[in-house]
Amino acid sequence: MSMQLEKSPTTGDEVISNYTINFGPQHPAAHGVLRMVMELDGEIIERIDPHVGLLHRGTEKLIEHKTYLQALPYFDRLDYCSPMCMEHSWVLAIEKLLNVEVPIRAQYLRVLFAELTRIKNHLLNIGAHVMDVGAMTPNLWVFELREDCMNFYERASGARMHAAYFRPGGVHQDVPLKLLTDIGDWVDKRLPELFGDAMSLVIDNRIFKQRNVDIAVVSKEDAIAWGFSGPMIRAAGIPWDLRKSQPYDVYDRMEFDIPVGTNSDCYDRFMVRVKEVYESAKIIKQCLAEMPEGPIASDDRKVSPPKRGEMKQSMEALIHHFKLYTEGFHVPAGEVYVATESPKGEFGVYLVSDGSNKPYRCKIRPTAFSHLQAMDFMARGHMLPDATAILGAIDVVFGECDR
Amino acid sequence: MTVLHSAPRFTRIEGLEGTLSRALGDHLVEAREEHGELLFTVRRDSIEDVLRLLRDQHSYQQLMEIAGVDYPSRPERFEVVYMLLSLTLNSRIMVKVTTSEDKPVPTVTTLWPNAGWLEREVFDMFGVLFDGNTDLRRILTDYGFEGHPFRKDFPLTGYQELRYSEDEKRVVYEPVELAQDLRQFDFLSPWEGADYVLPGDEKAQVPPVDEPKTTESAKQTGAGAKADKQAAKSVSAGAPAEEDSAAEGPGPPEPTEDRPDRPEREGKTTDTGAATETDDKKEDGK
Repeated sequence: MSMQLEKSPTTGDEVISNYTINFGPQHPAAHGVLRMVMELDGEIIERIDPHVGLLHRGTEKLIEHKTYLQALPYFDRLDYCSPMCMEHSWVLAIEKLLNVEVPIRAQYLRVLFAELTRIKNHLLNIGAHVMDVGAMTPNLWVFELREDCMNFYERASGARMHAAYFRPGGVHQDVPLKLLTDIGDWVDKRLPELFGDAMSLVIDNRIFKQRNVDIAVVSKEDAIAWGFSGPMIRAAGIPWDLRKSQPYDVYDRMEFDIPVGTNSDCYDRFMVRVKEVYESAKIIKQCLAEMPEGPIASDDRKVSPPKRGEMKQSMEALIHHFKLYTEGFHVPAGEVYVATESPKGEFGVYLVSDGSNKPYRCKIRPTAFSHLQAMDFMARGHMLPDATAILGAIDVVFGECDR
Repeated sequence: MTVLHSAPRFTRIEGLEGTLSRALGDHLVEAREEHGELLFTVRRDSIEDVLRLLRDQHSYQQLMEIAGVDYPSRPERFEVVYMLLSLTLNSRIMVKVTTSEDKPVPTVTTLWPNAGWLEREVFDMFGVLFDGNTDLRRILTDYGFEGHPFRKDFPLTGYQELRYSEDEKRVVYEPVELAQDLRQFDFLSPWEGADYVLPGDEKAQVPPVDEPKTTESAKQTGAGAKADKQAAKSVSAGAPAEEDSAAEGPGPPEPTEDRPDRPEREGKTTDTGAATETDDKKEDGK
């Protein structure tokens, strides 16, 4: 059938008005509970008003009523796609106020698991992004890899997602050697194989490129002004990575590259994440190669609890354990803002302590707030289906955005 | 103080506090450095000028966050804290202003477009007003929410709860009703600043008596032959009659429904001793 121009059923003098639609809050491409009120001119987006907060749980208020240790599991539940990276900011903020030294093995373990988390997060986002623009297979393949990451999580912490593994002063438990060798094997063989296969399906795919290249181009100046961070600012061509510029734990010992984009479109954001998976794998290998022996938590008994074996022998250890798990530790008064490079960008914790065992105020800086706010500016003038591609490339998770 | 922690290490610029303090001039109220963080408190009215100065002349290009804090005991109860980041200097500073419910803070949406949502959040959570922000709607709380939940005087449980009503076929809002009080465990040591009195401790705070009671002579104690005689008398009236109390008092509770005993488990119980053994002992056993 040849293409035919449809005749308008109305006569020429009829005025066609813009119409407004709701995108979400229940929409698979909205990545959670996002409601966007879109004003459309035909299929062209004129204006977007994102409504967030549908998943607001008052985490910051709850944290004010908990001790520092009890507040830790709330962080897993913020960005539930990268739980350990959320914990990282929190424990570092506490440690900065306490000025407590973390043993070197614990720092290596944290970096190792933070990078495993980054891979896990990017795998989910990459899969979801390609599915948003129409490809099914890669998502199923990377979910296989994500499952492996969760198994490693489980073997280290006992939980597949909400690990609560990073603790003030170190990590909760030491890992068995077999786990480290298994992670090494996985990074050497399975990850590059399966991930490479999955990505070979999309990276040069014509349809995928048509949906992503030149979509939502953001200039360097705009990226800075809108407070972008993480892959969003790197795709704009700015080599800004907190792991490099403001290293924490043992990131200053790691050798890795910062991938940057050239075109600052959705395709670049996607590719930056793909490259970052390989860079994270590089960091994991270095961590495994250099992993030192030694304690995995601070020996300051006013901060981190004693081992169970020690408690059976020593009354003092028992008292310390009891006090740490009932009263908790006291943090010196003061305020800090600690931001780490979470897989989605700068994830910060502004912690105000009044010297007691509970935080006076804990403000969480979500990465999604700046990015989602720029949705209107990025999507303006694009077609309606582009909105899903833009949203996929932002990588929003509402647990973190709404808190 | 030596730095022992491993938190993010941004560039520490020598004399930055002095340089910025001089640059801010009259706008500055207080500058201090603690825990490795630079904090500038500035006058509320000049926050926009201050941030513009810092952005344009001291290359703090990015506004990462605006945080509100509530200190109900202060005359101006709220603090609004702006976190600035410099990509070129690799440095972070915090700038803060104080305000109260009825004193608006000038908006900084004129400087950074992303300040809009950040200010909306502070407004939503604390009720701080931002003068010049054209879109100061609530952002995180529910449509039609009342109150500002992150204020210290807002209860953790809130005031309203919602549920889906099967009868009315819609979501209904009701006042919060808790089957049991919200439990707040306060494990602060009583001798380290807890603000409650332990049961029994109130007796320790008996005020001093003007005339202490003394019993130096037998007359003051009331003891003697007369008292002995009195004490020897039998005063017991005997036990009250049984039937009286039985007639008046409530009867025994009704027997509750018979509940069958839990059936015995089929599997064998396992010995969990190994799980609680110390590592040392395990090694000895090998």
